[in-house]
Amino acid sequence: MQKEKLLEIKNICKDYGNGPILQDVSLDIEKGEVVVVIGPSGCGKSTLLRCINGLEEIQSGEILLDGEVITGEKTKWNEVRQKIGMVFQSYDLFPHMTVLDNVLLGPLKVQKRDKKEAEAEAEELLKRVGLLEKKDAYPRQLSGGQKQRVAIVRALIMKPEIMLFDEVTAALDPEMVREVLDVMLELAKSGSTMMIVTHEMQFAQAVADRVVFLDSGKILEEGLPETFFTQPKTDRARRFLNTFVFHKQKEKGGEKAL
Amino acid sequence: MQDLGIRVLFMGNNFERLLLGLWVTIRISLLAVLISLVLGTLLGMLMTVKNPLTKAITKVYLEFIRIMPQLVLLFLAFFGLTKSFGINLSGETAAVLVFTLWGTAEMGDLVRGALISIPKHQYESGAAIGLSKLQIYRYIIIPQTLRRLIPLAINLTTRMIKTTSLVVLIGVVEVLKVAQQIIEANRYTVPDSALWIYGTIFFLYFFACWPISLLAKWLERRWNAA
Repeated sequence: MQKEKLLEIKNICKDYGNGPILQDVSLDIEKGEVVVVIGPSGCGKSTLLRCINGLEEIQSGEILLDGEVITGEKTKWNEVRQKIGMVFQSYDLFPHMTVLDNVLLGPLKVQKRDKKEAEAEAEELLKRVGLLEKKDAYPRQLSGGQKQRVAIVRALIMKPEIMLFDEVTAALDPEMVREVLDVMLELAKSGSTMMIVTHEMQFAQAVADRVVFLDSGKILEEGLPETFFTQPKTDRARRFLNTFVFHKQKEKGGEKAL
Repeated sequence: MQDLGIRVLFMGNNFERLLLGLWVTIRISLLAVLISLVLGTLLGMLMTVKNPLTKAITKVYLEFIRIMPQLVLLFLAFFGLTKSFGINLSGETAAVLVFTLWGTAEMGDLVRGALISIPKHQYESGAAIGLSKLQIYRYIIIPQTLRRLIPLAINLTTRMIKTTSLVVLIGVVEVLKVAQQIIEANRYTVPDSALWIYGTIFFLYFFACWPISLLAKWLERRWNAA
């Protein structure tokens, strides 16, 4: 079966003026694929996502969505962004609107959809993430995990072709991480195309079709999760993965083990 | 027998004169406040622009107006302009000019503060669902800015109303001046009228500013409940 390329990132470079953030990064994402990007803090993971939906400009290279260049001068970003859903680390719901209004803002104002139809879909999606009964609540009445699930729904209702997740659980309490990751796992199962930046290694292993390891703005390694997490090819990736592993320091007898 | 000074208030058309004086006060304040709110909003938006030149100019303007006592500004506009440039403003026009300059500066700073207090991510998550720049402001930024701004703007408004009492000193006959005239005219017949007339002034100012404070409270409660 011929796989269809949805997103093509070709040799992009990004520089804020004090050293490169992304250096010659190339990556293709197929329809229905879940790509997880991992790497140390400041390696450019988030910047990569932000470049894809135009929150950051790139200095060279190009990005194609459905075979069309979206990094040109004349890109109509408000059209492209409807096809690219993005969820941020700090959820950023609009605090002066109810949950339902947060979700409906895009469909009603950007896509000019029928209110009844959009509302029905919003309720359907909220139900899917277990938050239907919170539809009239304000963001400050929700927990972090609930806010993040609403933020996911807000992106989903635009019917994006690809979803970008930028460390969406990094600001959450451990117990709330799970409920958000479960929603993402379900999305992956239902065939959504996703690009996920995360520090949750076990989750990455479970959700990814492909893992990309980024360091100092370059892709050092990419591969299947099964091989990447157990036998990374590069030394840098091995060292990075090791930071997530802890060895027991005390044996039962009280002697120190290595 | 104790002679009640309050009877001065009802002699001739004294009370009516006081109310007319109050109308002068309110006319000056209202005009200055309305223009200040509009110009101040524009100034505040201008102050968030990341251009060093506009930054420097707006900063100098703001600091100049803030440092100068309003009275000095009034003298500058009323006497200074006439002396140096032959521009002869009426007391009331000079007052509106000065209070507008002052209100615009203060309002500009309030708007700037409210605008920069909206996190960058609010703009970005608006952009991420495909809203245009205009829509981001219309649906996300302005409603949030207004909520932060209104209590502050109302505080500024009442401050401006109160400070207009300074215009007496450039010869504008407003409520306070009328009060003084009434007291002076009755100094011999009703020596203790001052307490009563100034007491009345207190209530006049109170009823001019109170509804505005009530409005602020009501808005805050409404938005807090939301």
